[in-house]
Amino acid sequence: MRTTRSRGARLGVLATAAVMVLSACGGGSIDEQTQANEEQAAEGGGECGDLNMAVNPWVGYEASAYVVGTVAQEQLGCTVNYKELKEDVSWQGFGTGEVDVVIEDWGHPDLEKKFFAEEGDGSAEDFGPQGNVGIIGWFVPPWLAEEHPDILDWENLNQYASEFETSESGGKGQFLGADPSYVQFDEAIVSNLDLDFQVVFSGSEAASIEAFRKAEENKEWVIGYWYEPQYFNAEVAMQRVSLPPYEEGCQDDPQDVACDYPETELKKIVGTEWAASDSTAVDLVRNFTWTNEDQNVVAGYIAADGMSPEDAAAKWIEENQDKVDAWLG
Amino acid sequence: MTATAPAPPRRVEPDAAPPVVEDSGISRWVPAAAVVVLWVVVWAFTRGTDTLDLPSLSRTDLHDRLTEIQNGLLEGRSTNPVMQFTNAIADAFRGTVDWLQRLLSKPAFPRPVPEIGWLGVTALATYVGLVVASWRIAVLVLASFLSFGVLGYWDQSMDTLIIVLISVLLAVVIGMPLAVWIGTNARANAVVTVFLDLMQTMPTFVYLLPIVLFFGIGTSAAVVATLIYALPPIIRIAGFGIREVPATTIEATDSAGQTYWQRLLKVQLPMARKTIIVGLNQTTLAALSMATLASFVDGPGLGKPVLQGLRVNDVGTAFVPGALIVVMAVMLDRTTTAASERSERVARGGGHRNPRLRRVVVAGGAVVALVAVYLSRTYVSLAEFPTYSIGRTISSGVSDVVDAIKDTFGGVTGGLKDGVTEGLLNPVQSVLADSPWYVSFVAIAALALVFGGVRALVITVVCLLGVLWLDLWNDAMVTLNMTLVATVLVMALALVFGVWMARDRRVDLGIRPLLDAGQTIPPFVYLIPVLALFGPGRFTAIVAGIVYAAPAAIKLVADGVKGVSPTTIEAGRSTGQTTWQEITKVQLPMAKGSLVLATNQGLLYVLSMTVIGGLVGAGALGFDVVYGFSRSEAWGKGAAAGLTIVLIGVMLDRITRAASDVRRDDGPGTRRAFSLRLPIGPPGN
Repeated sequence: MRTTRSRGARLGVLATAAVMVLSACGGGSIDEQTQANEEQAAEGGGECGDLNMAVNPWVGYEASAYVVGTVAQEQLGCTVNYKELKEDVSWQGFGTGEVDVVIEDWGHPDLEKKFFAEEGDGSAEDFGPQGNVGIIGWFVPPWLAEEHPDILDWENLNQYASEFETSESGGKGQFLGADPSYVQFDEAIVSNLDLDFQVVFSGSEAASIEAFRKAEENKEWVIGYWYEPQYFNAEVAMQRVSLPPYEEGCQDDPQDVACDYPETELKKIVGTEWAASDSTAVDLVRNFTWTNEDQNVVAGYIAADGMSPEDAAAKWIEENQDKVDAWLG
Repeated sequence: MTATAPAPPRRVEPDAAPPVVEDSGISRWVPAAAVVVLWVVVWAFTRGTDTLDLPSLSRTDLHDRLTEIQNGLLEGRSTNPVMQFTNAIADAFRGTVDWLQRLLSKPAFPRPVPEIGWLGVTALATYVGLVVASWRIAVLVLASFLSFGVLGYWDQSMDTLIIVLISVLLAVVIGMPLAVWIGTNARANAVVTVFLDLMQTMPTFVYLLPIVLFFGIGTSAAVVATLIYALPPIIRIAGFGIREVPATTIEATDSAGQTYWQRLLKVQLPMARKTIIVGLNQTTLAALSMATLASFVDGPGLGKPVLQGLRVNDVGTAFVPGALIVVMAVMLDRTTTAASERSERVARGGGHRNPRLRRVVVAGGAVVALVAVYLSRTYVSLAEFPTYSIGRTISSGVSDVVDAIKDTFGGVTGGLKDGVTEGLLNPVQSVLADSPWYVSFVAIAALALVFGGVRALVITVVCLLGVLWLDLWNDAMVTLNMTLVATVLVMALALVFGVWMARDRRVDLGIRPLLDAGQTIPPFVYLIPVLALFGPGRFTAIVAGIVYAAPAAIKLVADGVKGVSPTTIEAGRSTGQTTWQEITKVQLPMAKGSLVLATNQGLLYVLSMTVIGGLVGAGALGFDVVYGFSRSEAWGKGAAAGLTIVLIGVMLDRITRAASDVRRDDGPGTRRAFSLRLPIGPPGN
């Protein structure tokens, strides 16, 4: 018994000492901050409520989403929930109220058919262009465009086809297809233009970027599906190969496509119910518009400088308060 | 397990007699070679015809019909009674997770911090480790929890722990009754096993979209996806344990006139307890391995920063949270294992040398933990983990190292890739995929007959017919080729490192943590550097598959070789065997069961990486699954590809099992971490 008691006593002393030491270095008290929060909540200012912002998996999108989200949070007092989702899952979320805003849509006719009012269940609606212009096309790394300028015309591609051959392309030139999320007609274009190429899908944006980066560093031959705005273009200025120009309707039948991709006005898509609500963020999202350069700046902060999306957005907002003020109207 | 350290390996005699091939195996290889030769001859004349090749972005009517099922569900989602029900369940999950998050990981408004801060959580967890296991485990838990915070991922780590905890609890509640059922009823076992196979081999990307439909986005989807993947191990392994309770014991106690419940609760469950805890351990690790995949539908936790790293193509960003998943896996694995050992000891009356001391430690520990909880509720700096720069330093360090490796080996890797692709991948693929489908069909069936007998033949034919019906024959052959080639490389590694580890304890101790890490680190972490080294393509996918599959195979081979009785080896040594002879004539032949099991696990592990391969340009079934997940109009194609992967997995599993007569009770776990602790072979082995 004696040993137990003395051990117990020693532990007690130890605990007391620990409490004292830790309290001394414990810093601010939680109670004070809780009170402050309660008072702030009582003051109101919560007309915005929750804003459920989908974050689709590419950096440019992330830049737009966090800039709008940060403005909503800091200047309108919204509670912003960022939801990291692919496009199709995001659209599914409009109907259940799990997603309010898709801030950068590259055009999804099939999803519009399912979720817009005309043909679908009407859970989503088009909220107009967000200012970015999507350019999709066939690109080569800059070293290649410099050494063989004629490669930038599709009619000369066949004479270089053998240079693009890889272990994956089965004796033809390799054309690097992209992440399967994106709209792609390259298999049809290759066959309809009689190009001696085989489309090999990289499978993800990360895989495409690594392939292009490696090609530029080691002067390897690569041609593939690429796009702008994209932060990577600041690191390696990919050069576009011209295909037969886009004309209205030339991409209507996926099997017959033999033309270039059109320029796409990127759109905002929002949940119908949320758009009809009196949240103050509705006007912010409606008014939001910026340029490819703006987005590339923020995307560069995130991807090249390794900043967190929140910090990157805050930095851009600080530098561009005039543009932000225009959205807040 | 030999207690004596094996003698250091001696130099291999260059002119030692060539190893004699085991006569038990020779009979199979001759007809197998004949089938292959015949196949190649037919291929030479018929190649390129009837290959059933389908362009990557094309779909067939069957695929569109499958998509229609998903679309139908989507259209009826507001009226579907099943979905009303599942949505109610989802709300319960969401509520529970949210409550736990407020407790541990996110501000519980109006408080600026969670209810319990880091100090309290760490103290409680350490205390639990101390009580259920030992002070050693307590130190491990303490260090793990501190590492979550010091490296800057406290909140995400807590989120991952919450999801794992809830899923494992549900898995036990749902799984144990099923385990009892399959443990006591052979017919139930046969039926349930089919579903378990399906749950473990179906790629997660296929069922993520339906899960979102039924359970919504975010935490609820994460819990359900994790549960689906974590459920099979506990059912399988606990069922196995219950079934293995000796019949004589049951008869003896039955003769005393016990009821069904008495038999279950007093005899079967207690005697199977050790195995059941192994099942719990495997279920926990399986749950953790879903952390990154759940983040594809906004599941909270460490998966998010890993995917962020993938998005910005920065291995450093992904590495730290990935490493923390490994830390968490090791912590949970060692803790559950130690807890089961301790409970075993206590149950046998071993208990503690000094029960009074223990009582003091338990009571005193509780006081300390409670004080810590109180403090962490009071002071901000004890609630919110202070920020350290060390996580960032490690990130950029890793990025620098990877860059240096890229610069140094960038030239060599291209040659390696081309060599393996041209020398191994392309020829085999040509025979498999460029033969007319009926030729490949017959040849594969013939090989199944040679290696596995009539039973394997029947299953193989059924699986191949299924593959044919799913309209992805050509992609299936390309995937099968990658799986086979990768498994050959995995087995080469397993033989070299497995034997080395078995013969040298220090090597074993040094390599094992690396193997654990290879099995538990999310593949997305090492995809980025592997891509940078090898570029997109099938070879990159194979490398990723090897990193994941080799550890399991190496461990199985090492333990099999170690299990060879020392007296047999001594007997051989006394006749003056060389080391080479000892390995090839004694150790490997006697460990044959383990080698076949390692091949089986290697095949299934590699196959389970197919979808990852689809993300790095390997095409085939992996690409189809990713495509189906990315674009809902192609969901049916993804589902068909997923089912095809399941069929290939079942086919390979049953052929290798039949080839070795390995008992089927431990089941094919594909992405199972630390598979070593599974009951392999007869109990007591």
